[in-house]
Amino acid sequence: MIVLEKRPQPSRNWSIATPLIAVLATMFFGGVLFAVLGKNPVEAIRTIFWDPLFGEFAFYYRPQLLVKGAPLVLIAIGLSLGFRAGIWNIGAEGQYIMGAIVGAGVGLAFYPMDSIIVFPLMILGGAVGGWAWAMIPALLKVRFGTNEILVSLMLVYVAEQMLASMSLGLLKNPQGFGFPGSRNLNEYASATSWINQDVGMHWGVVFAFIAVIFAYVLLNRHMLGFHIRLTGEAPRAARFAGVKPARLILFCLGTSGALAGLAGLFEVAGPAGQITIDFNVGYGFTAIIVAFLGRLHPLGILLAGGLMALTYIGGEIAQSQLGLPAAAIQVFQGMLLFFLLALDILTNYRIRLRKSEVA
Amino acid sequence: MKLTTLLASAAMVLGLASGAMAQDKTKIGFVYVGPVGDGGWTYEHDKGRQAVVAEFGDKVETTYVESVPEGPDAERVMTQMALNGADLIFATSFGYMDQTINVAKKFPNVKFEHATGYKTAPNVSVYSARFYEGRAVQGHIAGSMTKSNVVGYIGSYPIPEVIRGINSAYIHAKKVNPDVQFKIVWAYTWFDPAKEADAAKVLIEQGADVILQHTDSTAPQAAAKAAGNVITFGQASDMSEYAPSPRVSSIIDNWAPYYIARTKAVMDGTWETVNTWDGIAEGMVGIGEITDAVPAEVKAEALALKEAIASGEHHPFTGPLNKQDGSAWLAEGETADDGTLAGMNFYVEGIEGDIPQ
Amino acid sequence: MDLSAINPVLLIASLMVAATPILLAGIGELVAEKSGVLNLGVEGMMIVGAISGFAVAVETGSPFLGFVAAAIGGAALSLLFVLLTQVALANQVASGLALTLFGLGLSALMGQNYVGIKPPPTGRLDIPLLGDIPVIGPMLFNHDIVLYLGIALVAVVWATLKFTRAGLILRAVGESHDAAHALGYKVVRIRILAILFGGACAGLGGAYISLVRVPQWTEGMTAGVGWIALALVVFASWKPWRVLLGAYLFGGITVLQLNLQAAGVAIPVEYLAMSPYLITILVLVILSKDKSNAPASLGRTFHASH
Repeated sequence: MIVLEKRPQPSRNWSIATPLIAVLATMFFGGVLFAVLGKNPVEAIRTIFWDPLFGEFAFYYRPQLLVKGAPLVLIAIGLSLGFRAGIWNIGAEGQYIMGAIVGAGVGLAFYPMDSIIVFPLMILGGAVGGWAWAMIPALLKVRFGTNEILVSLMLVYVAEQMLASMSLGLLKNPQGFGFPGSRNLNEYASATSWINQDVGMHWGVVFAFIAVIFAYVLLNRHMLGFHIRLTGEAPRAARFAGVKPARLILFCLGTSGALAGLAGLFEVAGPAGQITIDFNVGYGFTAIIVAFLGRLHPLGILLAGGLMALTYIGGEIAQSQLGLPAAAIQVFQGMLLFFLLALDILTNYRIRLRKSEVA
Repeated sequence: MKLTTLLASAAMVLGLASGAMAQDKTKIGFVYVGPVGDGGWTYEHDKGRQAVVAEFGDKVETTYVESVPEGPDAERVMTQMALNGADLIFATSFGYMDQTINVAKKFPNVKFEHATGYKTAPNVSVYSARFYEGRAVQGHIAGSMTKSNVVGYIGSYPIPEVIRGINSAYIHAKKVNPDVQFKIVWAYTWFDPAKEADAAKVLIEQGADVILQHTDSTAPQAAAKAAGNVITFGQASDMSEYAPSPRVSSIIDNWAPYYIARTKAVMDGTWETVNTWDGIAEGMVGIGEITDAVPAEVKAEALALKEAIASGEHHPFTGPLNKQDGSAWLAEGETADDGTLAGMNFYVEGIEGDIPQ
Repeated sequence: MDLSAINPVLLIASLMVAATPILLAGIGELVAEKSGVLNLGVEGMMIVGAISGFAVAVETGSPFLGFVAAAIGGAALSLLFVLLTQVALANQVASGLALTLFGLGLSALMGQNYVGIKPPPTGRLDIPLLGDIPVIGPMLFNHDIVLYLGIALVAVVWATLKFTRAGLILRAVGESHDAAHALGYKVVRIRILAILFGGACAGLGGAYISLVRVPQWTEGMTAGVGWIALALVVFASWKPWRVLLGAYLFGGITVLQLNLQAAGVAIPVEYLAMSPYLITILVLVILSKDKSNAPASLGRTFHASH
């Protein structure tokens, strides 16, 4: 019978091969799905994976990959630190919202003052907003031992209600004819996060790359990174090594919250432009998946964020060019995640055929 | 400036291409905020799209992307449509406003139509429907038919569009029934069938025997049917599966005539920026069949009211009208201007309760 | 303001209906979590249950078969979660989120031809004597069968966990899979059964929305109740009867806030809508003194290395 044998070290070859196999498997089964729906499978797959990168209008889609991928990467990097240490922040969506609300609130408070300090203050506001929201589960965990998965998840829904309240109340555009939603920050030069809209560059993209480098250095070169990894892999050894769990919890949740808050701020001050009731589109949850797809490794997360962004953008093209329903794209993305998650087992385990009585 | 030039040249190439193939298809893109299967708002816009296909057949090619979140995703979808040679793009949600303007700047040769917004540009028109005209007819039927004198109203979010509808319905219900009282519940969602069902049940339990809704699902209809002796009105769609009772009439978003006219204008090269706010007269607001559950005389009055509104003889907001706080708003015979209506953020006199802020 | 307009009998009757979907999904998730599995895919399983049940009820004209199909549909989707987390040992949090994404898409594809159709009505249980009692009769004894099934399930789960050997084993697996494995229990098999049970219950909860509470099919109609069900399990501190209590409390808050609005009480709706989540956090804090509740192995992957 088939048994799994844990590898002493995760296999390097498999860790590179499995994502490729997963993508190929998704292409195959996705193709079957599209064929069932009466579409040309080859064309559909080409539209999703090829057109955004190398198609006729790739000059437009490539920068869009940065815009769509940046918040995912920025949030996922933060989450991955905690996940490595076994600290589960599931509420990045809420921290993303709170970062956007606080950051945009700071910017709107200065409107229409023209000053170079506005945007840095907004960045600070965004980071603090997300950080503070993440500190709630962190402090409750440290002080009372509550489960951070559940507390951070609950706070997402609280944040969503705050968002609706802000869009209809405090932050509502006074010149918006009573419609919900704040002033558009893109029309306020001191508060926009765009650097160059034509190439998809905004400060969120810059910060995402900085975060990748920062996380890479932290995990590989720094004592704190070592402690994080040690706590996740061998909690008992970590305690002997002098790791203080409380400090680690505060650091990991705080950092991931601040990064999610920053992602929200850059989004609201750039691509989105304004606080609206439906401002959040699930980046915080998708980033969790991105973090796992990237195997919690900074470079992996960068690639995974790009891949997710690709399926979103390619999926939209497939919808309008081929008439695929949005639901089919969702199922397709679901498949991709399933395969990526399922095949990861090959990285950590060896599959052996063995005669055995014990299951 | 690199991208802008690229986009412009791409657009130009496409423009030339489509100019060269002038007799070729007109490409039209639709951006939807919900799934086409939502049975309400997006469903009706997609029916408009299908009407365009039915009207022009092979001469048009339509594409759509559904469930597009408001924000950067919408901007990308519209750009993508424009890049792929769309001649005309319908952005069917208020939240696409700034994105539509952004994309329109990059593609001066593509025409854009934005639903329910207020920002126009040389190649961006806005269009919306005077649903409050339909609300007046509903209010009349509601006021005439209620026995408990309690009319329940399910609002989505407290925004001008919804408040306008409440006021219009109240004014006309009050006219035929001075004792009528409105109970208003805010669902804080456009679409959550379970919550809408709950809201309808609550209103019925509190004595309402007429339910008006400004949310899109048929859940309140089902709740009313289960309760019995309650009447409702279809919203956005005809919801005729609940006729003849509880659904006694409906307001139908009928985008088809507008979509066909605008497509024709693009084909003929006569398209220009307009700010359309059409009502019953132009057919953008449809009044669904009034069923036999409504007494014949009430039905006749309702139809007469509909005609009066259509002919311009009656404006639903005609003075004397006071605001809720008792201050004067419209003098005898004066009608409300579109600016005030567009940004309406107050109840008229007689409605109880506060608009949540 | 007219508080007398609120009829307490009807209020309680409708909160029981409002509570049933989260009650069903919650009790299923409780069993899964008791076995040590955190399945965040409740929303996905609910909506697949909602369309499976709806489609079968429409095609066969039998709401009963619809509910059966809903349970099967929910369980079938949870089988994917089984494959990921129990066979391929993937992370449960990520797998659950992927399951929800997949379920939402799949249900929309399945439901394309069912928009705007009315399902056959689900019969009400007509209890001859009890239903005639004034006040209590219409309040408690005039509902559909599934609502009572939900309450019965709570009782069954409670009794099973508390008094039976099967319940003991389930809890042992959830507390320490290594110890349970050492004692010779089939950890993976038990967890698979618990996940399937959770999926079936979530499917029933979804179908209750599409067949009874609304009743109709529209894409995305569960609108986030799956997440409330997850909160509910925590709120209940993994105790079956508290799931019932919590479901009625959560359902009650929704119905009550609508009632207060209709009665003309100016309440800040969005703040009231936050309250179930805030209360859940509060409960978590209060519970934290009593460490015995949360299954110790919750969310951890088990692999028998020998």
